[in-house]
Amino acid sequence: MTDSIEKRMELKAPVSRVWRALTDYREFGEWFRVKLDRPFVPGQVSRGHITYPGYEHIPWEVVVVRMDPDALFSFTWHPYAVDPKEDYSKESPTLVEFRLEKTATGTLLRLTESGFDKIPAHRRLEALRMNDGGWTEQMKNIKSHVTLGA
Amino acid sequence: MSRSALNEAAKRCAFAPVFAALGDPTRLSLVAKLCGGQPCSISQLTEDTQLTRQAITKHLRVLEHARIVHSTRQGRESRFAFNPEPIEDIKRYLDLVSEQWDDALARLRAFVESCPPM
Repeated sequence: MTDSIEKRMELKAPVSRVWRALTDYREFGEWFRVKLDRPFVPGQVSRGHITYPGYEHIPWEVVVVRMDPDALFSFTWHPYAVDPKEDYSKESPTLVEFRLEKTATGTLLRLTESGFDKIPAHRRLEALRMNDGGWTEQMKNIKSHVTLGA
Repeated sequence: MSRSALNEAAKRCAFAPVFAALGDPTRLSLVAKLCGGQPCSISQLTEDTQLTRQAITKHLRVLEHARIVHSTRQGRESRFAFNPEPIEDIKRYLDLVSEQWDDALARLRAFVESCPPM
């Protein structure tokens, strides 16, 4: 059972442009569809609310972990904690990491969301490979789905 | 994919106990034995292990608590069977979160590729 989601995407834009889209709170809000009231600061909570039509009442909250210019932006959150009545604070948050690399045509963006559990994924996967049939098939589906990327 | 479907999936599956239950080599080997579909007794599951019946029973209870196995009584014996549902729920949930990222990243692409650098 994998515990992370990984995406890779080539963007036809310079690293500095992508970096700003990720880390400027207004620009982030534009494409992520969230209204934030202040800039991202490592170690601090960022609060806002979703601007996705129909979900405007939903609060959005992350804790910024790292901002290494043009290289790594990361935060922890409770992924898609969309029920305002639910208390998600008792759940362990996941870690979202955006990594940027310069390429010949622009920027390679790698997104990872990890920590859906705290257990080394490879160990579980190894053990589960012992079975054939539905299980193994399902593991393969998960793996291909999460590694195919956008 | 609608957000309410995502919400439902998120609510249905309590991840932590399922992952925690799977994060132990003994319990994983028990799941491996049981996911063939054939229910097993504690004695059968204790065979070929270095562990006591009590230890195996304890591990089975953890799996049962996470709904990965369920037990039925047959005479004086409990038999344990695999229940794929919690793990399927997790797969579905990860699929949904993954789709949400696909959407968000597509919007990011449109955003950075259309806006000229300031």
